[in-house]
Amino acid sequence: MTRTLRRILPQILTLAVLVALVSLFFPQFLSVDYQGGRLSGPVIDVLKRGAPVALLAVGMTLVIATRGIDLSVGTIMAITGATAAWALASGWGAAAAVLLALMAGLACGVWNGCLVALIGIQPIVATLILMTSGRGIAQLITEGRILTFTDPGFAWLGSGILLGLPVPVYIWVGTAIAVALLMRRTALGLLVESIGINRSASALAGINATVLLIAVYVASGLCAALAGIIATADIRGADANNAGLWLELDAILAVVIGGNSLLGGRFSVAASVLGAMIIQTIDTGILLAGFPSEYNLVIKAGLVLMVLLVQSPNLAGHWYALRRHVRRRREPAPSDRSAP
Amino acid sequence: MTVNPRLYPLLATIGIFVVAYIVCWLQFPYMLSTRVAGNLLTDNAYLGIVAVGMTLVILSGGIDLSVGSVIAFSGVFIAVMLRDTGLHPLLVFALLLAVTTAFGAAMGAVIHGLAMPAFIVTLAGMFLARGASYMLTIESVPIAHPFYDLLKDAYWLMPGKGRLTLIGVLMLVAVAAGALIAHRTRFGAQVFAIGGGEQTARLMGVRVGATTVGIYAFSGFMAGLSGIVFSIYTGSGYPLATVGTELTAIAAVVIGGTLLTGGAGYVVGTLFGVLTMGLIQTYIVFDGTLSSWWTKIVIGVLLLLFILLQRGLLRVTALRA
Repeated sequence: MTRTLRRILPQILTLAVLVALVSLFFPQFLSVDYQGGRLSGPVIDVLKRGAPVALLAVGMTLVIATRGIDLSVGTIMAITGATAAWALASGWGAAAAVLLALMAGLACGVWNGCLVALIGIQPIVATLILMTSGRGIAQLITEGRILTFTDPGFAWLGSGILLGLPVPVYIWVGTAIAVALLMRRTALGLLVESIGINRSASALAGINATVLLIAVYVASGLCAALAGIIATADIRGADANNAGLWLELDAILAVVIGGNSLLGGRFSVAASVLGAMIIQTIDTGILLAGFPSEYNLVIKAGLVLMVLLVQSPNLAGHWYALRRHVRRRREPAPSDRSAP
Repeated sequence: MTVNPRLYPLLATIGIFVVAYIVCWLQFPYMLSTRVAGNLLTDNAYLGIVAVGMTLVILSGGIDLSVGSVIAFSGVFIAVMLRDTGLHPLLVFALLLAVTTAFGAAMGAVIHGLAMPAFIVTLAGMFLARGASYMLTIESVPIAHPFYDLLKDAYWLMPGKGRLTLIGVLMLVAVAAGALIAHRTRFGAQVFAIGGGEQTARLMGVRVGATTVGIYAFSGFMAGLSGIVFSIYTGSGYPLATVGTELTAIAAVVIGGTLLTGGAGYVVGTLFGVLTMGLIQTYIVFDGTLSSWWTKIVIGVLLLLFILLQRGLLRVTALRA
């Protein structure tokens, strides 16, 4: 437990600093009201609006842990959203729509996973294929229109309230906890990490790397499907052009802010989800603090650079060399005679 | 006569383009006119130019996600400078190219200096350039300058009334220059060497740091040039323009037969990749009944085909060796 806490401490500190910073400009940031059976306030808003990126980040963490990347998650959101809206428009009911959307996400994940694990295409290219063609597929499903629906049961998934909190919050928190438990209470997380560090060595050690790789992309597809369902349910319509647009980059950013290396290996789902919340706090905070939203991207870029600086393997090397240099200066220089 | 296996992807690209053009011509005889050919060049000029820069980056085994934002920034920068200052457009162009080249060089320096993946560094660059253009303006700024009208109307009437525009020619020049740099200079050889393997390149005596900076500076320069062309093409600067162009450019490079792991490919292939993608769009316009989303799906299928072809080739060459 303490090890987990120590792992996610930098992210918690960053989030705390950000919240303090936003509160400075917008003092009511942390205030939460209870009105008409629902909690409301900026923090609740951050939790709700951050749901899609947080969900994507959960799947993306696993993919990045295997030294991969999934560029197609935003597009999968559009495909699954379109599928769900199509099912509702054809009168299938909410449960069937959710199931069908999840199946679509699963199929997308299997496709990506097979390209990466079986054919051996670089992940970035393999998922680029679905990223470019997927929006076309989504538009094919919606026939280029914005499919709207009125099903209250499905819309509840996006804008409903359960015990005072928005439903999307339960979905992403539940998914994150489920995935984290599955990874850490079983050996699965260790196996995923070992593939990321060295796939052929893991395969030689008896790990079924091929199946596990496909499973990781399937998990990412399913998370994207959940995000797509939430996004579609929230606006009660499927927009094949704009649903999940560029969210894959936010998700990757969340994982990187979460301190996970893009080169695979050790990962932390909790840190990635915190990364997603950091991004959403910046987005919401900039609006609330009264800055023009134009500054949003520049601030994000600055943040990425800071995280890069901290994570850089080279910089750590320089720092180590510098410290050694300083220490050597403090100690008396070894006399020449002792050298052989 | 045996053909170098390295040429197969390039030949496949050119072959697919020729076959596709013949199929289009059989269905719509008017496709084989200088008008359509001229428009194909003009409409894809900005994409072709930026794809040349991307080709070099990908040849070195890297990736540059910032180019789409840099194009948008260029358009906004030009439009705002022309609106607010009395500078001549040529001077603004020079300023802009200096800024984007320096921007690319800075990204290259960060990539090499911090040993970070190009993907995430250029992602930050993408946010930065897009953010900078938002900060200049959030509206579409029209460009009204007599010099711009001159540039826009500069074309050579080909036989058959097709227009070979200045920006179309500029793209061809950019491709030729890119091909010369990649295949005929020492810098180009170093780019290929890094793409083949950074460790081996270092052992060969390639100055990896300087070359990396040069590669991304070149990509930044091409993105700036592409921004100028795009501003001539649209006659305005808009901070939301060319979102996602970086991925279209990457797709064009891959369809052009360049290996995404780096180290193998031809700049000329990229030109045919761009033209193939443009041809699909032209075909859909000619057909009139097909919906625009088929463009995306067909491009995705083409991408898959080329990647599979490259995998097969790698296996074949590995078997021979």
